[in-house]
Amino acid sequence: MSVKSLYNFAFFDEGSKREVRRAILKAVAIPGYQVPFASREMPIARGWGTGGLQLTLSLVGRDDVLKVIDQGADESVNAVSIKRLVTGTTGIRATDDAREATIIQSRHRIPELPLARGQILVLQVPMPEPLRFVEPSEYATKRLHAEKEYSGAYLALFEEIMKYGRVATGADHPVAVNDRYVMAPSPIPRFDNPKMDRSRALILLGAGREKKIYAVPPFTKVASLDFEDHPFEVESVEGRKCRKCGAEGAFMDEIVDDASGAAEYQCNDTSFCSARAGARAGAVDAARAP
Amino acid sequence: MGYVAVKGGAEAIEASIERLKYERLRKGRTLDAGAVEAGMRALVDQVMSESSLYDEAMAALSIKQAEGSPEEAVFLMRAFRSTLPRSHYSLAIDSRAMRVERRISASFKDIPGGQILGASCDYTHRLIDSGLLEETDEESARWLSDYLRRDTGAVDQVGAGPAPMSAIDYVRSLGLLKARPADDAEPKDVTKRAIEFPASRSERLQILARGQTGAVTALGYAALRGYGATLHPTVGELRVGRVAVYAPNPFASAGAGSDGDAAKDSYYVGEIRITAVETLVPVPIRRGLGRTEIEFELGFGLSFGQNETKAIAMSLLDQCLESGDKRSAVQDEEFVLLHVDSVEATGFISHLKLPHYVTFQSKLDSVRRARGAG
Repeated sequence: MSVKSLYNFAFFDEGSKREVRRAILKAVAIPGYQVPFASREMPIARGWGTGGLQLTLSLVGRDDVLKVIDQGADESVNAVSIKRLVTGTTGIRATDDAREATIIQSRHRIPELPLARGQILVLQVPMPEPLRFVEPSEYATKRLHAEKEYSGAYLALFEEIMKYGRVATGADHPVAVNDRYVMAPSPIPRFDNPKMDRSRALILLGAGREKKIYAVPPFTKVASLDFEDHPFEVESVEGRKCRKCGAEGAFMDEIVDDASGAAEYQCNDTSFCSARAGARAGAVDAARAP
Repeated sequence: MGYVAVKGGAEAIEASIERLKYERLRKGRTLDAGAVEAGMRALVDQVMSESSLYDEAMAALSIKQAEGSPEEAVFLMRAFRSTLPRSHYSLAIDSRAMRVERRISASFKDIPGGQILGASCDYTHRLIDSGLLEETDEESARWLSDYLRRDTGAVDQVGAGPAPMSAIDYVRSLGLLKARPADDAEPKDVTKRAIEFPASRSERLQILARGQTGAVTALGYAALRGYGATLHPTVGELRVGRVAVYAPNPFASAGAGSDGDAAKDSYYVGEIRITAVETLVPVPIRRGLGRTEIEFELGFGLSFGQNETKAIAMSLLDQCLESGDKRSAVQDEEFVLLHVDSVEATGFISHLKLPHYVTFQSKLDSVRRARGAG
């Protein structure tokens, strides 16, 4: 019995795909609202991107081109694993090029290159509920959303200012979508939050273990929560230059040089970095030519 | 901090998968999936129960592939389950109409129909039997034919008669069991619709029935020790045996009358072995004027295969969640139902092994800034 004989196109049976697509339609209709869905068990572990994977598998058709990124890297083990599963069960093509992909599934990054109309960005979400650390009960948080009662979310930020002198959120800084629902943007760095605002691409977010799907439709307002006197700030990338492609102003990985022990920087978005490095090498070659 | 590997992920994965196969085969013997099915009944039952997929051959194959890890085998089964179209629901099964293989009561010595011990480890001494090292197929076959000769028919005919009155019926007839209206509402399917809180009993029972054996046992144990149950519960009846599964005729005209009609116009799909438990939990009831009476509440547990500890623990948790009291964690349905699933728990815990370079870098930035601002 081989794997091929046991499994369908895009893994799921068609009924399951339809169910996921129905949840997606509802999510697009109510930007930022978490739509419960009957999350299926996937061949990869819960917490490893099963929400994103279910979105991708329910949407993918024979003409799609897929890009998968894990924390910025196309070749990270889990990105490769997800890519292999989707291409293996569909036969579609995968790419590293963010411009060429029709579906981009990503864990915790939005690509550096701006996305275009018609593309779909699928983000993997571990904890979809932005109020979970304020209120552990799902029953209670659903009510808070329904009543647009977000003082807890603001209070959490205010407490950080009291304790640390500034808002000390890391990734997953909460956003307000379309002036209505407060939403967890998934653990993307704060650096990526502004890319969600009026994005040309459709952004879908899927939490497999927590069984929620939500969406930011194209051209929707997305504002990071902040205060007038403590405006939202992204991570500082000032003075950091990529050691590989020379880029500045991109989100960087901090790398400790084995020999000197000094910190060096390299673009976190690997396909962006490789493309730039390749272009530069090409330009260097052209300049060298007689 | 390690170097961020940028290229080479695909090759590394290939090598890791190959290494896994090497570990499975390195001792030079191939495990036959049929041997797993024949000789690892308890593990097959546990895997089917946690997978909520009744297929012994598939479970055995998953166990082989997973090198015997229940969490991994359940994972394979659940993922496979996701790909199966679900076109029919079976008719409700009355677990009393079971071909009983084992039936015991801890509440009454003489239950109608008698106590049937059946197959159980309960009455063995847990001494490792070195004789099993030398067991051969021929020897086993000889023993088997001898056993079947001595016990003609008994193996298959136990409890084949009409279902005896259950111990629960007896307690109910005495008026000691809290009366509950019968609820024949169509159960909600937690695998087709995400659970929302407050949950219905059908949803709770489904999640507990497919819960991880260890997790359900641990929480049931907590309830028994006093986080939940105030008084000692008693197993009214524990049954292990086979029940028949029927699917209604899909072409029957819609709304064709009662369940009885549906039962006549249905197809026999096969039979499954289950464990069913009814537990009596004494509950103090305030009657006013400082007077308290004891009444019994019923907890129900059910599991695919023979999984007695899990089924009993499930029955305790059913009662805890049904009580509506939220004084302890095991009475809080969000706490219990959201944390007992094997695939969910093991998945999220194992995700901690994934790279967190971006999220950690982001946190580092805010820690540095906060220190700078301090």
